[in-house]
Amino acid sequence: MAPLVPSHEELERRRIVDINAETVANIPSTDFPGHWPGESHEWSLERFRDGFRIEFHQNKQFESSFSLIGLDAAIANAFRRIVVAEVPTLAIETVYVHNNTSVIQDEVLAQRLGLIPLKGSVEGLNWMRWFKKPTDDDPNSGSNLSDFNTVVLRLDVECTKNPNASRDEEDPRKLYKNAHVYAKDMVFHPVGRQEQYFTGEGAIQPVNPDILVAKLRPGQKLEMEMHCLKGIGADHAKFSPVATASYRLMPDIKILRPIIGEDAKKFAKCFPKGVIGLEPITAEDARQDSEYQGHSGELKAVVRDPFNDTVSRECLRHEEFQGKVKLGRLRDHFIFNIESTGQFDSDVLFLESVKVLKLKCARWKRGLTDLMR
Amino acid sequence: MPSSVHSQDNDQSMVDAQPQHQEQTEQEEEVIELEEKRIVVLPGASETAASFQFEGEGHTLGNALRYAIMKNPDVEFCGYTIPHPSESKMNLRIQTYDTTTAVEALEKGLDTLMDLCDVVTDKFTTARDGFNASQMES
Repeated sequence: MAPLVPSHEELERRRIVDINAETVANIPSTDFPGHWPGESHEWSLERFRDGFRIEFHQNKQFESSFSLIGLDAAIANAFRRIVVAEVPTLAIETVYVHNNTSVIQDEVLAQRLGLIPLKGSVEGLNWMRWFKKPTDDDPNSGSNLSDFNTVVLRLDVECTKNPNASRDEEDPRKLYKNAHVYAKDMVFHPVGRQEQYFTGEGAIQPVNPDILVAKLRPGQKLEMEMHCLKGIGADHAKFSPVATASYRLMPDIKILRPIIGEDAKKFAKCFPKGVIGLEPITAEDARQDSEYQGHSGELKAVVRDPFNDTVSRECLRHEEFQGKVKLGRLRDHFIFNIESTGQFDSDVLFLESVKVLKLKCARWKRGLTDLMR
Repeated sequence: MPSSVHSQDNDQSMVDAQPQHQEQTEQEEEVIELEEKRIVVLPGASETAASFQFEGEGHTLGNALRYAIMKNPDVEFCGYTIPHPSESKMNLRIQTYDTTTAVEALEKGLDTLMDLCDVVTDKFTTARDGFNASQMES
């Protein structure tokens, strides 16, 4: 027996997560074999390829926004989680403090240094390998320090009096030299092949040179060496390549019965600008829907652009809109927003996350073949 | 951590390493990276019903894999759990009909995910290039 094919209306209904005044309903996906009697929901790569779309809304270097349409929340969430926690980046992991006579404590300073986002040539960053840390049981088990797993930065700053400062100067930055230590004061010391990979613009440096690291007074000194390693956000948030990576579901607004005149204006005010539009009622409208009759020339509310809606549910609080509007979200339309910290471009980060998921699967598949042997 | 904190020592070992030696260590490194993690089959498994334990995995792979496996009509049940939040282990339960086995269903699920990833990469690159081109024009 050929499988039943649900009607277009039925499929559209299943696509929507209902947003009611105080509840959210119809949440789980139901597109699995066996859920709907007689229907086949078997995985088919062709069908996925046909139904899946990506639309870009913005693609700046460090911030991009795009829609993934036609995939399940389980998959979209996997990509988001991987971008946040499993795409590797370079960050300061070890700080060797040779001298620190400033008022900021070694461990606090080291913590601050670790959080500074670094950038460098992408080719070089991809060439870098993991540094395997020694375990407690076997202190000799870690990797050796090498050019392909460790980047060395140095911070050597001494604060001195500025002899040229005027007598009544009060700004410490003019009164002293190096009163403020910034991220740009960290100096990259390339070793081995790093000299080829990280040259010129591609040198390892802080994304934002003006991050304030410490404040000094004359006679105080900082001398430290920092080792940067590759790591992932799951280990420490400083390795996370993104400031934020999030998605929201596309809002859906349905006007079930006409909203006319002053009500329409009030209705539009319940939503962010541009979401609801006002259009004059035409004779055609009046012919099609009896509720429009006698209102020709007045304004009616129409849904113009649900993309910008915040789904605040404000419209559900008003008596006059009861039963006239239905709010929802499209369960398979994910509006992603990825904001990079600067080490990689934001669109590359998403591609990396897809790669990481595929690699994960490939690795477990190999583990599975071992299991069966 | 390195035994010596004197920067000089570290520098020397890094600069003076012979190229050949570096290649070698790099290869070793690759091996470490590709070190296989084993899937453990939990006790009480039969041909068509088994629980697998994945070490070092969480909701990321768990839920995605559950979805992919549930899309297989030969699978009667599939679910995953993280038994304890402070242990990074993920248990995946698969029960199938007689037409397949649990291990096969798991393998098929992994294949499904990998195919899906290829399609996503493809479409993403096309959409991005198209968008970039249209931005250039305007």
